[in-house]
Amino acid sequence: MENAQGYPRVATMGVTAMLVTFGDTPQGGANRAARAFRAAVDAAGWNGVEETTVSLTSTMVSFDPLRISHAEIRLQIDRLLAERDWGAVPNTGRRHWRIPAVFGGAAGPQLAEAAALAGTDEAGAIAAFCSAPIEVLTLGFAPGQPYLGMLPDNWDIARQTALTPQVPQGAIVVAVRQLIIFTNPAPTGWRHVGQCGFRTFQPDASPPMALRAGDQVSFLPVSEAELAAHIAADSSGMAGASVEAIP
Amino acid sequence: MSRQSTGQLLVHQAGPGLTVQDLGRPGWLAQGLARGGAADRLALAEAEALLGAPGAALEMAAGGGVFSVDRPARIALTGAPMAANADGQRLVWNACHMLAPGVCLTLQPLGVGVYSYLSVGGGLATPTVMGARATHLIAGLGGPIAAGDTLALGDDPGGPVAQVLPDPARFGGGELRFVHGFQSHLFDPEVRATFETTQFLRDARGNRQGVALIAGATRFAAKSGLTILSEPILPGDIQMTGDGVPYVLLAECQTTGGYPRIGTVIPPDLPIVAQAAPGTALRFRRISVEEAVTEMQREATSRAALARQLRPLVRDPSVADLLSHNLISGVWPTAQDGQEDGLPG
Repeated sequence: MENAQGYPRVATMGVTAMLVTFGDTPQGGANRAARAFRAAVDAAGWNGVEETTVSLTSTMVSFDPLRISHAEIRLQIDRLLAERDWGAVPNTGRRHWRIPAVFGGAAGPQLAEAAALAGTDEAGAIAAFCSAPIEVLTLGFAPGQPYLGMLPDNWDIARQTALTPQVPQGAIVVAVRQLIIFTNPAPTGWRHVGQCGFRTFQPDASPPMALRAGDQVSFLPVSEAELAAHIAADSSGMAGASVEAIP
Repeated sequence: MSRQSTGQLLVHQAGPGLTVQDLGRPGWLAQGLARGGAADRLALAEAEALLGAPGAALEMAAGGGVFSVDRPARIALTGAPMAANADGQRLVWNACHMLAPGVCLTLQPLGVGVYSYLSVGGGLATPTVMGARATHLIAGLGGPIAAGDTLALGDDPGGPVAQVLPDPARFGGGELRFVHGFQSHLFDPEVRATFETTQFLRDARGNRQGVALIAGATRFAAKSGLTILSEPILPGDIQMTGDGVPYVLLAECQTTGGYPRIGTVIPPDLPIVAQAAPGTALRFRRISVEEAVTEMQREATSRAALARQLRPLVRDPSVADLLSHNLISGVWPTAQDGQEDGLPG
């Protein structure tokens, strides 16, 4: 069921994967379609499929071409695509996370700069980040690291041309209508606006990655002292966060 | 002789870039963790053939070390060749040997290739995390091995000793076969044509995530004015960074990336990329996906036949008998019984 823009599109990724793209922006159901289609591929259990994943708008199916030919997997993908409108599949198994975070000051040194680029001030920025739940669009770059979105249109701000040499674990950064919580200290082109103590990845925990694509995240604005108290009181990696299933 | 169990590999000296690696952690891609594992997987396959079973190994990225074991251990030396000796006696590379307790195994880079592997019969038995032993540096799983570390040896059921594989020729760069993919059309035809006729040098920038290739001042920009969403990444992808310099991604690449990809190096040629030391000449030749699958089939067949290529090590007459006895006496039962007496040389 192709739409007017020719989506979904299926293309090869190297020799060992197919990429199914549902749109050129995560909105309009493309992100949801990518997740739903991935779940359907996993459930189908095709012989030769090795691993599946999603990006903001695509499902990737990696496979062993010595076990299933390109022609065969392409046929399976096309058949499954035609079964339904994948953007209309309801989300299931989602959770709502509430995560205490500090915005601005030393914990978010680029909040004012990012706010100005979005045509607002620090208070307006904090309101944009905290007033409504934001969806986990995908996990990537580092283990368990969430891309959260979409923020309102005015947050379509570009990445910096120069990289910030390093932001700490738990840093909250913003660009292109999305927020990221950093799993590990890393350089980034996104602007550093806040900090939480929530650990997105703990290798020895079960499961190691806390968040799933489709989950909702609400940031609870707190002071630096309050965040420090949460971290001190909670060694589980939650740092004051809570979670509940979304019915 | 009974099975060898408990034991340790003692690290007396360690160069930079020593990590424990196996075939990595498939299955976590959707949660942001790339499979990782050995940079040169063929070297692990060679070690598996030499030792008779797979196992986690010590990967050495252009840095050697001094090691010993506290119980007899079968070892295999594969990947980028190093100068290897046991208490001063030269050891043949791409071969398996018996290492006696307390004997100092010294490995020194020769400036050929990048990734060398020290494997042990039964594998290294370091703790598994999320289903594998592979160190994944950017994910924060495990870390570099340092002098003073001890690594547990796995239970060795026994297998070949004093065997050698033919010289692997993948350390001098050369041709990389690649296929076009979902983003190749983002590059103008002239840019793609130039890419395929350009001689590149492996740049100094490179690690387990990927390597940069340079070709003088030539740059390979994608069409201008593109907005590219991040998409999943797999090892072999040739990403064009913002300044038009290609990076070939390796085992520990990130899981998603927003730089356009001109194509993907086929899996059988990835060891050539990983083993190209800085300054090594590389060029790209485009093949069809069908040809690439044929090459993968050919490579799988050749890997499956590795064990049949084992040959007994010919004793170097200049090497003292002591060494031979250290290495070969007390051999455990092996698949090639009788070689103890029948060793040529």
